[in-house]
Amino acid sequence: MRFADAPPVNVRLPSWRARVLIVLFAAAFAALVGRAAYLQGFKHDFLQAKGESRYSRVIEIPANRGRILDRNGEALAVSTPVKSIWAIPDEVQFEGRQLESLAKLLEMPPREIRKRLDDTDRDFVYIKRQVPPEVADRIADLRIRGVFQSREYRRYYPGGEVMAHVLGFTGVDDTGQEGIELAFQGELAGRPGSRRVIKDRMGRIVEDVESIRAAQEGRDVVLSLDSRVQHLAFQHLRQAVEANRAKGGGIVVIDAITGELLALANLPTYNPNNRARLQGAQLRNRVVTDTFEPGSTLKPFTVALALDTGKVRPETVIQTAPGTLTIGPATIRDAHPNGALTVRQVIQKSSNVGAAKIALGMTPETMWGLFDDVGFGVPPRLGFPGEAPGKVRPFKTWKPTEQATMSYGHGIAVSLVQLARAYTVFARDGEIVPISLTKVASPPPGHRVLAEGTAREMRVMLEMAVQPGGTAPRAQIMGYRVGGKTGTAHKQEHGGYAANKYISSFVGFAPASNPRLVIAVMLDEPSAGEYYGGAVAAPVFSQVMAGALRVLGVPPDAPMTPIELPAPGSEVRESV
Amino acid sequence: MARLSLLLLLALAVAAIGLVTSQHKARKLHTELEREQARAQALDVEWGQLQLEQSTWAMHSRVAKLAGERLRMRPADAKRTVVVGADAPEATK
Repeated sequence: MRFADAPPVNVRLPSWRARVLIVLFAAAFAALVGRAAYLQGFKHDFLQAKGESRYSRVIEIPANRGRILDRNGEALAVSTPVKSIWAIPDEVQFEGRQLESLAKLLEMPPREIRKRLDDTDRDFVYIKRQVPPEVADRIADLRIRGVFQSREYRRYYPGGEVMAHVLGFTGVDDTGQEGIELAFQGELAGRPGSRRVIKDRMGRIVEDVESIRAAQEGRDVVLSLDSRVQHLAFQHLRQAVEANRAKGGGIVVIDAITGELLALANLPTYNPNNRARLQGAQLRNRVVTDTFEPGSTLKPFTVALALDTGKVRPETVIQTAPGTLTIGPATIRDAHPNGALTVRQVIQKSSNVGAAKIALGMTPETMWGLFDDVGFGVPPRLGFPGEAPGKVRPFKTWKPTEQATMSYGHGIAVSLVQLARAYTVFARDGEIVPISLTKVASPPPGHRVLAEGTAREMRVMLEMAVQPGGTAPRAQIMGYRVGGKTGTAHKQEHGGYAANKYISSFVGFAPASNPRLVIAVMLDEPSAGEYYGGAVAAPVFSQVMAGALRVLGVPPDAPMTPIELPAPGSEVRESV
Repeated sequence: MARLSLLLLLALAVAAIGLVTSQHKARKLHTELEREQARAQALDVEWGQLQLEQSTWAMHSRVAKLAGERLRMRPADAKRTVVVGADAPEATK
């Protein structure tokens, strides 16, 4: 019998059984396809994310804030990572003596920590910020529940108070608040990036998936400051401020060749590393932001202009007797009647009457033009926050009295840095250069303001002013020829002049044969007896200039003979 | 035909194992790279701290103070300076 003839094979099954089976299979398939479509189509992103979260992590790439360096590459401001300790108050649980250990490590009373954590409305409180990494590591070892750490930066200023006003400082979040830190925030600031990576079971990074944002390190800023000169300037200024019991003071050192600021210091100052008790007066960068009536330091500009325009010659005689000059309602006085003086002697003896008479021979417009050319009334554009433009009124409103008083630096306001820059005109044979706080690659082109001969003649006169017979013999330096001018002015208060409050200043350059440095010194309210610029500010100039020339290796241009000082009591006092 | 298939299967298996091995190797190397990068970063931080330390120790006021107090040095004033002309060979250096 053949297999096909066997009876069971020939039993006819009901045809619905096959159909039911087919339908069931089809339904099962449809369910699978539907589920697959659902997972792949609708839930894809969610599942992908879930899956990735098992192994893929986004990590931050930290970026440092750039350093601030001096011209010789010495670090003046450096950021280094520190930790902030924070907590989720609801989750914090101290076991055993953990609170006491934490308090001890953070140098905080335990009560203070408790108080911060009691604020349960918030789910994030800082316990302490800017904790040194070693301390933070020991806190991590305590393994306190609910207490975490995150990375932040702290900026250190090794120079401390010496550089405080130039550098400024950063806030707790490492952004600039003052000075260079604020002015160059864009360059200094780094931008942290992030990237996605795959981590294995042990937490090791095994693969880079993508870079979400590239980190950008902050760029270093190289200043024009020379920290050796800066220290010198700061130290001598401080000594002078203390010796003269002055309220404050400022000093600027400018390289006459490149226009770079080699030093800039202010008193009172502060320590940028510890700003717990900071007052507004300490913060002020007076050299740049405060203006004052310069007084006699402006006379050389009046005389230079008169020489330049051919109104006078160095030997022209000006009659200053009887020591007073009345213009309209006002009377200009000299400290001592001087009689007939040559133009040179007007500078040397610092005669107000002489300067006023010379000024009245010129138009207000030409005088204003020179003031504008040398940068009075214009911000010096160093990039510092809050640079003062000073005050020079438009020449159309000048009355003869005002023109006369402006010739010796009254009725006009300038900042110390403007004054120092203006003197580069004499130091550079009549050219002026833009000044810079950052190191310049090559000297910028100058802008001619005075004829070369005029500037050289002014240097001769300014040299006479520091010799015996001038107002500032104490500005002399052994081995170098020096030129400069003193200024002593009553302080302005409540719209008038304060009777016995003075601002004493000295601006000068050396070596006079080929000037390299211009230094301006200002002391605010010297109150230990002496207040003349020649007695108070000139010695600071002399000390700093001598030191700076030595540091910079500038060859001497005068014989090494002891400097001559006039006998006590016979000093020439300038007119105030 | 069957022999060719077998050969291809073998090649596939070898390639697959090769892929897994090289992936594993790549990951190991990457871990190493990451470790070195972390070390570089740590060294960078340390460098910054050392720079800071150097600046602090080498502060001019501190050096001047130590030189004056411990070594009894003082600035060469003009009286003690001999100026050698620029034309004197090497003597200025």
